Amino acid sequence: MAFIPHTQGDISEMLAAIGAASINELFDEIPESLRVDDLPGIPEAIGEMEITRLMQARAAQDRGALCFIGAGAYEHHVPAAVWEITTRGEYYSAYTPYQAEASQGTLQLIYEYQSMMASLTGLDVSNASLYDGASAVAEAALMAVRANRRSKSRRILVPRTLSPVYTRVTSAIAGTQGISFERVDFDVATGTTPLAALSEWEGEDITALVIPQPGFLGCLEDVDALTDWAHAHGALVIAVVNPLSLALLRPPGEWGQAGADIACGEGQPLGVPLSSGGPYFGFMTTRMAHVRQMPGRIVGRTEDLDGKPGFTLTLQAREQHIRRSKATSNICTNQGLMVTAATIYMSLLGAEGLARVAAASHANTRQLADALCTVPGVDRAFATPCFHETVLKLDRPVAPVLKGLAEHDILGGFDLSADYPELGHAMLVCATETKTAEDIASYGRALSTVLKQLKVA
Amino acid sequence: MTEPLIFEHSRAGRYARAQAPNVRAELDLPPSLLRKSAPNLPEVSELQAVRHYTRLSQLNFSIDTHFYPLGSCTMKYNPRACNKLAMLPGLVDRHPLAPASHSQGFLQCMFELQEMLKSVTGMKAVSLTPMAGAQGELAGVLMIRAYHHARGDHHRNEILVPDAAHGTNPATATMCGMSVVELPTDADGDVDIAALEKAVGPNTAGIMLTNPSTVGVFERKIERIAKIVHAAGGLLYYDGANLNAILGKVRPGDMGFDVIHMNLHKIFARGRGGRGPGSGAVGVGERLKPFMPIPVVAQEEGKYRWLDERDLPQSIGRLSAFMGNAGVLLRAYVYMRMLGHDGMKRVAEFATLNANYLAARLKAAGFQLAYPGRRASHEFIITLKRLARDRGVTAMDVAKALLDYGYHAPTTYFPLLVPECLLIEPTETESKEALDGFIDAMCDIMERAVRDTEQLKGAPYTLPVRRLDDVRAARKLDVAWRPDSAA
Repeated sequence: MAFIPHTQGDISEMLAAIGAASINELFDEIPESLRVDDLPGIPEAIGEMEITRLMQARAAQDRGALCFIGAGAYEHHVPAAVWEITTRGEYYSAYTPYQAEASQGTLQLIYEYQSMMASLTGLDVSNASLYDGASAVAEAALMAVRANRRSKSRRILVPRTLSPVYTRVTSAIAGTQGISFERVDFDVATGTTPLAALSEWEGEDITALVIPQPGFLGCLEDVDALTDWAHAHGALVIAVVNPLSLALLRPPGEWGQAGADIACGEGQPLGVPLSSGGPYFGFMTTRMAHVRQMPGRIVGRTEDLDGKPGFTLTLQAREQHIRRSKATSNICTNQGLMVTAATIYMSLLGAEGLARVAAASHANTRQLADALCTVPGVDRAFATPCFHETVLKLDRPVAPVLKGLAEHDILGGFDLSADYPELGHAMLVCATETKTAEDIASYGRALSTVLKQLKVA
Repeated sequence: MTEPLIFEHSRAGRYARAQAPNVRAELDLPPSLLRKSAPNLPEVSELQAVRHYTRLSQLNFSIDTHFYPLGSCTMKYNPRACNKLAMLPGLVDRHPLAPASHSQGFLQCMFELQEMLKSVTGMKAVSLTPMAGAQGELAGVLMIRAYHHARGDHHRNEILVPDAAHGTNPATATMCGMSVVELPTDADGDVDIAALEKAVGPNTAGIMLTNPSTVGVFERKIERIAKIVHAAGGLLYYDGANLNAILGKVRPGDMGFDVIHMNLHKIFARGRGGRGPGSGAVGVGERLKPFMPIPVVAQEEGKYRWLDERDLPQSIGRLSAFMGNAGVLLRAYVYMRMLGHDGMKRVAEFATLNANYLAARLKAAGFQLAYPGRRASHEFIITLKRLARDRGVTAMDVAKALLDYGYHAPTTYFPLLVPECLLIEPTETESKEALDGFIDAMCDIMERAVRDTEQLKGAPYTLPVRRLDDVRAARKLDVAWRPDSAA
């Protein structure tokens, strides 16, 4: 019996202590009519060696492609030390630090993480993580409704330059609480949200404006103008940012005259592997004035009985296990292990290392766009500055081109035509620091071959 | 043992150079967009970072180092193979948007996991995407809501929740725009049927139940409850927090539940990582199938593919940017294959044997069980109200004292309806010796509580810190280190 240590002798002694004749007798409160004694469809057990062989075969099926897809998940080099330490049993097999004295390692690490995220985003306070970037935006929207007491409208403006899937997740999670998510259009010439697009809401009661930086199309928004517009209308600003980009870009806390009010986003670029989309972690930071409206766990530094510094979960009165139906969120388990990895990653890289990763990714994406645009039929969609993703326009539908590239083991990008039909045959490409000049050249050669093989539509 | 903050190891200009790439070109960004000052990240060498975080890890209790009978959390052994195999190249570096042509290995694991979960729960379909139990609950209640709305029953906006339920249940109902109707628990730990009959009505959307319940006993009247709620037009939601207790013995689908979530990180042994990640996969009966969260994996002519908005137009939608915590799901898949058919049935048997043994021995030693007339499920509650009354020693004091013996404390003060309670869940992977050691510690604590009350109330003494001042933590909020806050 895998992972069960009981010997026959143990079982007899334990049953005797209980006063039961058999293990089966312990289930005598379950109505007989409901009992099952078979689990059809569950295969027989296999050992570690067999499952290893099986998983290696499955993993091998999916290996070997060069990936130029970003669209919310980014391939970065993860230092070996990050996961060597993160998967130590003391981190991997601990749980929520309800007993603070027995969890000082996890608690101190979260405090350090909170400190790093607050500084990176230019805000005062961070929570200990949410599930992922998309659900973090949903939580930020709910938080903004609670925090903006002057606004009665429950209207949140969401630019089309926010990831379309983030927009969908936000409506799915937060859409049943009478909040109106209103779409702000973008400029097809620049790939960004112009101030003019907000004129529709001029002079109205708006609860919050979401500002993605960079936008999903890779372009950098005029965050100062957008932030100031929102504040002039009594709206809070929810910044949705790539944390790696903040090694270079102005942090949300410094946007416009007063800075963003909430920053959130996907933490995956900070040392978390692609892993088919998760586990990742959502991060969220805010101003001290809003801390009591923030969802999720928060760790604080305090003192013990002897006056020695120590760490504990704090402001728990916001949370579901105390406040039940009046909690700020239903979140309980979050993404602690990913935060462990991100904290170690940020410590290893430091501000300088992180800036180099960001700058190398930025440079490689430019180089990629330059290389691909030498292929006839390929052009840049925008001249706007971008971080490490950019949109290319093709002279024919994108899907067959991506399929052709996949046959060359190149995952060429993300097809934008379903979400942004007005852009025509457009795709989003990304080259992080992991791509070499040769990788970029192979993409160029493969694209050229594929385009020659495919007829122009 | 204590460890300074990573920031205190920091020296300007230092970083782990082997980790930073060379940059081949100048930035092509307008200066107005650039950061004016660098963020306060640590400036340390690779060794300093490794040593610091290794030392921090050593300040934790964990399953790998300590018996961890935290009730309701199912802290069982997490086999190392699960982690290692989920991190194989090909799986760990697969982009979530990789085309199906480059994802068949991964998708096959996910499809087979869906099928196995259907079998163990008796549900008709499974969606793996919710990222934790609470998100599974959200998915479940959103599906119940969508079902009523699709039938034009927009007025059904009440969710019934027993008073003993996890806090996530009422919090979830609120998040879904529902109002919560609380149900009392009877003296034996079952739902009060008379109160339930009074509570259901034309506005009932559904009921959220945990079975075995949060008081550690099997809800014996489950078939009657299902009949009452269904007759009123409501649906039944199964909180899978305690599924470990009945795995292979009885299935939520057979009990009449319409939708369930499963905490795969608990029952199927994915490491908890100091508070996650989790996985709250949901299973549904026939009625809720069209409303499942997407994506879901399908098999067609020997190939696997994602079902999305086009395949499930009535879906409640997406709850994560991609497909949830894929890595957790792979770990659960590996674990289930290693348990296999027979091993899966042993889980509930030995979890229950361990809990009942611990309960019987503690009762014999003079501890008061909250529900002495009932079988324990995989967990049980003792109440220390007599000790609190006679000696002023609380459940929290006993919990802190246990830490000095090298045992993580059970869950304290939950469920709220049992005064001075400890909710104890040993799990099936603990040996009899581990349980005996815990019993000895509890007896010793009880003796000290009488002999040397004040000393006991000062515990713990042997941990990195003594009891922490939670009031100060909330009043003098210090949640981030800053260079100017260095004292």
